[in-house]
Amino acid sequence: MASHNGNARFLAGGHSLIPMMKLRLADPGHLIDINPIEAELNYIREEGGEIRIGAMTRHRNMLESDVLAKHFPIFFEAEHVLADPVVRNRGTMGGSLCQADPAEDLSGVVTALKGEAVLRGPGGAERVVGMEEFHIGPYMTAVQPDELLIEVRFKVKPGGGSAHEKVERRAGDFAIVAASAALWIEGGVIKDCGLACSAVGPTTMHIGRAEAAVIGKAPSEELFAQAGAMASQDCSPSADGRGPVDYKRHVAGVLSKRALSRAAASALR
Amino acid sequence: MLVSMSINGQTHSHDVEPRMLLVHYIREMAELHGTHWGCDTSNCGICVVLMDGDPIKSCTTLAAMAEGHEITTVEGLEKNGVLDPIQQGFHEMHALQCGFCTPGMMVTGRALIDQHPNPTQMTDYEIREAISGGLCRCTGYVNIVKAIRWAAAYEAAAATGGN
Amino acid sequence: MATETAPGKMATWLEDAKGEVQDAPIGYGRMKRKEDARFIRGKGNYLDDVRLPGMVHGAILRSPYGHARILSIDTSKALAHPKVAAVVIAKDLETLGLAWMPTISYDTQAVLAGDKVRFHMQEVAFVVALDAYSAQDALALIEVEYEVLPAIVNARKAMDADAPLIRDDKVGQTNNLASPTWEAGDKAATDRVFAEADTIVTRDIIDPRVHPSPMETCGMVADMNPETGQLNIYNGNQAPHAHRTVYAQVAGLPEHRIRILCNDIGGGFGNKVPVYPGYVCAIAGSIVAGAPVKWIEDRSENLVSTGFARDYIMQSQMCAKGGKITGLRVDVLADHGAFDSTAQPTKFPAGFFHIVTGSYDLDAAHCTVTAVYTNKAPGGVAYRCSFRITEAVYLVERMVEALAWEMNVDPIELRMRSFIRPEQFPYETATGWTYDSGDYHKTMKVAMEIAGYDQLRQEQQEKAAKGEIMGIGIAFFTEGVGAGPRKHMDILGLAMNDGADLRVHPSGKAVVSISAQTQGQGHETTFAQIVAEELGISPNDITVRHGDTDKTPYGLGTYGSRSTPVSGGAVAVVSRKVRDKARLIAARMLETRPEDLAWEKGRWYVRGDQSKGAAIEDIAEYSYSGSPMPEGLEGGLDAQAVYDPPNLTYPYGAYIAVVDIDPGTGHVHCRRFIAVDDCGVRINPMVVDGQIHGGLTEGVGQALMELISFDEQGNCVNASFMDYLLPTALECPEFELGETVTPCPHHPIGAKGVGESPCVGSPPCITNAVIDGLRVHTQGRVRHMDMPCNPARTWAAMQGNAAPPQ
Repeated sequence: MASHNGNARFLAGGHSLIPMMKLRLADPGHLIDINPIEAELNYIREEGGEIRIGAMTRHRNMLESDVLAKHFPIFFEAEHVLADPVVRNRGTMGGSLCQADPAEDLSGVVTALKGEAVLRGPGGAERVVGMEEFHIGPYMTAVQPDELLIEVRFKVKPGGGSAHEKVERRAGDFAIVAASAALWIEGGVIKDCGLACSAVGPTTMHIGRAEAAVIGKAPSEELFAQAGAMASQDCSPSADGRGPVDYKRHVAGVLSKRALSRAAASALR
Repeated sequence: MLVSMSINGQTHSHDVEPRMLLVHYIREMAELHGTHWGCDTSNCGICVVLMDGDPIKSCTTLAAMAEGHEITTVEGLEKNGVLDPIQQGFHEMHALQCGFCTPGMMVTGRALIDQHPNPTQMTDYEIREAISGGLCRCTGYVNIVKAIRWAAAYEAAAATGGN
Repeated sequence: MATETAPGKMATWLEDAKGEVQDAPIGYGRMKRKEDARFIRGKGNYLDDVRLPGMVHGAILRSPYGHARILSIDTSKALAHPKVAAVVIAKDLETLGLAWMPTISYDTQAVLAGDKVRFHMQEVAFVVALDAYSAQDALALIEVEYEVLPAIVNARKAMDADAPLIRDDKVGQTNNLASPTWEAGDKAATDRVFAEADTIVTRDIIDPRVHPSPMETCGMVADMNPETGQLNIYNGNQAPHAHRTVYAQVAGLPEHRIRILCNDIGGGFGNKVPVYPGYVCAIAGSIVAGAPVKWIEDRSENLVSTGFARDYIMQSQMCAKGGKITGLRVDVLADHGAFDSTAQPTKFPAGFFHIVTGSYDLDAAHCTVTAVYTNKAPGGVAYRCSFRITEAVYLVERMVEALAWEMNVDPIELRMRSFIRPEQFPYETATGWTYDSGDYHKTMKVAMEIAGYDQLRQEQQEKAAKGEIMGIGIAFFTEGVGAGPRKHMDILGLAMNDGADLRVHPSGKAVVSISAQTQGQGHETTFAQIVAEELGISPNDITVRHGDTDKTPYGLGTYGSRSTPVSGGAVAVVSRKVRDKARLIAARMLETRPEDLAWEKGRWYVRGDQSKGAAIEDIAEYSYSGSPMPEGLEGGLDAQAVYDPPNLTYPYGAYIAVVDIDPGTGHVHCRRFIAVDDCGVRINPMVVDGQIHGGLTEGVGQALMELISFDEQGNCVNASFMDYLLPTALECPEFELGETVTPCPHHPIGAKGVGESPCVGSPPCITNAVIDGLRVHTQGRVRHMDMPCNPARTWAAMQGNAAPPQ
């Protein structure tokens, strides 16, 4: 990668990059196929109180993972509506996160779960960044040209529940709006919360104000409605073929509330 | 660059441009025309083939990425002059009209049956979801669902020796 | 071999796919398709499968603007590309006389733009290169300088005083009017009916621009042989004979030296009716390069530049008196795009829009259609529709539903009161068309029974009480298909008739050649079944030949549900001619008089002595033998026919849709769809059901998601399958089909055609269901929305902000 002076791209599943190349929107001089190291980077591990997902883990692996289903049901829900089953056989965790499409589902999931990205640079040096730091703009991430995303880590905390809500024009389409929610509830009180919305801003929208508003309170429909209203206000959608701004704001609120409600139900199960 | 892979059990090796898509490798290099091409954006599923048994979109895979892998196309379904049950099911249930999406739909159905823990108990939703990465303009999918179910039932009956 | 690996009966089924079907009916009935054998093995022969020695590859440079003047084109860098054989631009075509081509609506269309580009992705240059990837690379090397002009993408602004003139190439054209206003019906009588009405509803109803999107895009392999002057054209199109005549006219080539080969076609749906500029470019490219040229569109090219459908803005009023519908008036603004290439018979500039009176016995009706040019792609083809009938049916069925709720009458009840009654057939409509046959009340009742209509209405109320939204929609359509009688209908002066040529060989096996062109409809099976029904030969012993203009009789092809009504008529007639000839031969064989013979399927026998007869294969053998033929009769057992239909056929159907709508997001799910079709006699019910499934799915697409739209600069924003959405298996319900059979009285076998019916009836049915759900949810406040009912548009309508599609 270093030898190509930035005119190279890593190629994992190829389901973001190759369509861009076919439409002649991307024209890298060199492609470095990392599929041969899939064995090294395709894993879902539970260790040291963490879930670790390798960057080459295919969407299908996440959809079918018992470990994820147990700790983070949001993965099953999001992967179930992410693209289509054939694409999910190839597309990867790392590819989705690094493409950083603001309408992509998985970035919202990782944000809601407060995941951290592990980046490996020249000489094997690693650094760990949170999602706030990872997403720096539309289709732009903190991953440097000589770095590779190798893993995403999630802390397993007690009382966790999570859910993903998406409205799409048609199965397999990118979201009109999606909301990813995670809650950690102990003793009837929300100890921690993660809420992110997709397709309503230049990057995946982290709805911090809503998170703060629910932490320390008992879960209730009314509380989640307030959180939804904050998501509605704090997101910054733009109008496109999927809908106008007012609609997207409204749906961000509706889906945030629904995701939080279902996350609470799964936490209390 | 030299790219080698197994297609339907036969080794193919050709010197191709690095940008060559797998679908074009299959059609132009291996000269297997049963795999078709339908869109530019990985939405239509016309080009689906199996890579190591999993359905993939061969228009969104570089030929070089298939290096060393096992590819199965529609031409690989029939064995020793006997149709695969999925082919037979598509015929029995009138699951094709123009035939253009049919190869992709059939290999997708083949993989679904192969990978399902209990193929005779597949729900309609499971089948519909499995084929939702492919578009068919002719059949309304109704008979494709029936065809996949037919093949699963046929194989179960054949396995128990009854009918 | 199969029997070794497969047990019992299933082994036989495995044999079946090799064409050895044992249970094929000698005539009509369910029969598995003969054409499947190659398709399920991946052995179809589609356009991209054509490979010719020395073949080179074409690609088209297209306009990035909706409207712009071309200041200069520099092709030198592209020509310097080592793999480029030729670059063709407008001025090169001028020397060949191919710069402009006629459209099928008597307009002209630029093959390559020379003066101006008039729509986004219009053809500007054609590159021929040694391989397809290099041809694409070379496009980027062509330098075109444009002066951007304001674009018009809204038909309502096309006639504004300050609108830029799009067609400045046309002498005498001073505005953007594409054709004079067309009208049908009686305006004065309609005004009187409205003046006396109890209830009037008014709606602006838009049938937005959509695209047929067959899974195989358009393309051509053109092979001009410089030595012989023979032009072989490989091209999946729906009307090969008409295309050949057009190429002869456009290129000035002798028609007998043009041969069109349509092999297998990956769907058409109207998109493969027109002659496109790319085809003429491929032919020109082959002339210039001296080699066969393959050109195949990518998906964006297909979506943005080839035949769109609809784009009708319909101002409508419907009225009722005494509890039934009495009148209708409609003024349509049609958007034809930059060139008028709408597919219509010559005397029908608005197609068969007359059928806008629908299935109802109206006192009067009047309609007008005014067409304008815009900076949008030309086309105006019928997307699974017989010449604007989809637009007309969409309008009338939306209006009936609106009128019913205005009158506070159940929409089925209003239809039942207003239907044409069975005893009124043949029925002349208020716009002057004569419907052949029908029993609409019966068909509607069958649909109600399958749906459990009354229970559905009850369920809807229960759901509404819980805040859930459920909608029930109805559509009852009448179609007019099978164009058409030569006294009324031609395209570019070619009568809309079809030929058939039937040869029974000495062994009793037969080949029937037809002019219809399958794109997946199953002609190789169903046309064999027609011959089988008429002659008693097994359909497995009959080959249906099509798709080669050198080897098939002349005819206008497959669109407008013409195959069964016209070609099917030709095949029945030619079979009967053969049967009549066989009777004369049998009389000679049996040493009796022809009038003493009676026919039973497969054999002529002597009346009164059933044991004495001659089977068709024996007659065939005799006819080719050295035995004497009857006086004046030539040897052999064959015949030709050209079928001139006396009228259109009028299939119809009753559809009911049930949708669930998410109150929070506006997402619509079509939960049930009941379709009861009456298409007259069904040749192969399996194929008929398959056609209905497909058409309903395209209706689901149009009602819920399909839309071709433009930004204000004139760019098409639905240029790929990421944004032009086709329904997947997850959006389609398990269609519930029913049938009634009312034979067509004038068709040789009583069939009416069915391919397009489901696509005509389903868009208004689903849209009515969505509006019905919103109506109940809003206590009657919401009464309207336009397609597509996607989540954002449905939610806006729910808030009372229904907007026309942009």
